[in-house]
Amino acid sequence: MMERSLTRRLSAGLVPAVPYLWLGVLFLVPFLIVLKISLSDPAVAQPPYKPVFEWSDIAGFFGGLDLENFTLLIEDDLYFRATLSSVRIAAISTLLLLLVGFPIAYGMARAPERYRALLVAAIILPFWTSFLIRIYAWVAILKPEGLLTQALMAVGLISEPLDILNTETAVYIGIVYAYLPFMVLPLYATLEKMDDTLLEAALDLGSTPWRSFWTITVPLAMPGIIAGSLLCFIPAVGEFVIPDLLGGSETLMIGRQLWSEFFSNRDWPLASAVAILLLIVLVVPIVIYRDVEARRVETQR
Amino acid sequence: MTMRRLSVFNVTSLVIGFAFLYLPILLLVLYSFNASRLVTVWGGFSTQWYGALFRNEALMEAAWVTLRVAFLSATLATVLGTLAALALTRYGRFPGRTLFTGMVYAPMVMPEVITGLSLLLFFVAVDFDRGFWTITLAHTTLTMCFVTVVVQSRLMTFDRSLEEAAMDLGAPPLRTFFSVTLPLIAPSIVAGFLLAFTLSMDDLVIASFNAGPGATTLPIKIYSAVRLGLSPEVNAASAILIGIVTLGVISATLLSKRSVLRSRRNAH
Repeated sequence: MMERSLTRRLSAGLVPAVPYLWLGVLFLVPFLIVLKISLSDPAVAQPPYKPVFEWSDIAGFFGGLDLENFTLLIEDDLYFRATLSSVRIAAISTLLLLLVGFPIAYGMARAPERYRALLVAAIILPFWTSFLIRIYAWVAILKPEGLLTQALMAVGLISEPLDILNTETAVYIGIVYAYLPFMVLPLYATLEKMDDTLLEAALDLGSTPWRSFWTITVPLAMPGIIAGSLLCFIPAVGEFVIPDLLGGSETLMIGRQLWSEFFSNRDWPLASAVAILLLIVLVVPIVIYRDVEARRVETQR
Repeated sequence: MTMRRLSVFNVTSLVIGFAFLYLPILLLVLYSFNASRLVTVWGGFSTQWYGALFRNEALMEAAWVTLRVAFLSATLATVLGTLAALALTRYGRFPGRTLFTGMVYAPMVMPEVITGLSLLLFFVAVDFDRGFWTITLAHTTLTMCFVTVVVQSRLMTFDRSLEEAAMDLGAPPLRTFFSVTLPLIAPSIVAGFLLAFTLSMDDLVIASFNAGPGATTLPIKIYSAVRLGLSPEVNAASAILIGIVTLGVISATLLSKRSVLRSRRNAH
């Protein structure tokens, strides 16, 4: 009996402790380091930043910090414009995703029950194939002499090659394409559970289909709309691969800015400051998403 | 309840939606069999790029590193993620639970550039050489959160009375876990592992920050090739990856369907 309660107590302590410790060391601590380095000065050295403090020197931790990188971020309006443009591109993409995703999710929810699992699997399957490869596929399609131009010229819709690659339009296409499963699945989950009798009642009482869509379907689908939108918006703001491969040089996005500060300019402190800026922009949507997600998991019980 | 009926609008949106999702991938695979070096101009059927791919030693080396990283990190992530899911569903309110849930959910939505940069700065701070191990640890940290969510949703929906019955009959907690809980949540653990494996194989951004001179992964190689322009070899490599993933997903679906059927039959 003694032994049993001992193992129980031991496992009760160990089970949360191991993953807790892992995330603490490899998620939380790295985060604090980013914060610290964003407040230190760059150096031409290996690694290319001047540590503000030695690990043993706590007093120095507060002494050597300055806001130089952040002043630079504020003074140079490049970062301000990049932030605004990221938020704008992500917001427009999320709206487009809703417009494209809703009819698909709605169609899936209305399909005969025996096909639904197959349709869900078909939506998820592209997600399992590499993100990078799926974006690469669009380069060949959107190129000026690419497959889309060839197809449209063949049917006679256009006479001049389309110039979509390296524009913001290509970025929207890329984001909508890559994130579509993240929008469709939460929408489908709420639409599938919807009670059809409500719609029938509305129609019987003389409501038009359009009006019952807006007054019944949309409000009932709201949890899915919110979850899907946040699930797409948050990573889209920090997106790097899509603007880099499909966007033009004028497509400003903050994730791309961070990448080039780090890899091209080798300014680690400034890259860290950009990371903090990106995080400040995203902290509100992330907190909302976490609450929505936690509530969803709780209601599953 | 009345039958739901598909309208013309529903069918059209499904057809267009799925065409949009699948056409680019199909075109990519099709053009990997193109004889022409120009990726977008069809020059006849050929498998030469597959041959060129297997003779490309740098690419093969990168593929091998990618597989090893994916296997190791997915294994670690599965263990850690299952423990985290148990902690969240079975251990109630332990101290620091709020911080813990935050740390589990945050990496999933955090932009990869931030996760990649912060881990790199951590490895530099503790003087850990960049390479195979840093990519593995970074991927484990990211993917364990996905495993947690997958396993957690299974733990939430299953019948606790089975565990309680085992305990009442005198099984110690560990034995209860291995003979009752684990078999019941096994499908979700396998799903979590596969998800972690794919995410690791796929990752460019976090791997780029944490790769060292000794270890380059396939996505990093593909990315640098793509930056230089389209290449039929990349098409061939992509087609192989897509083939592996499709086979894997289909066999996993069939396997889980069979186990569902079997357990249903046993129940009758």
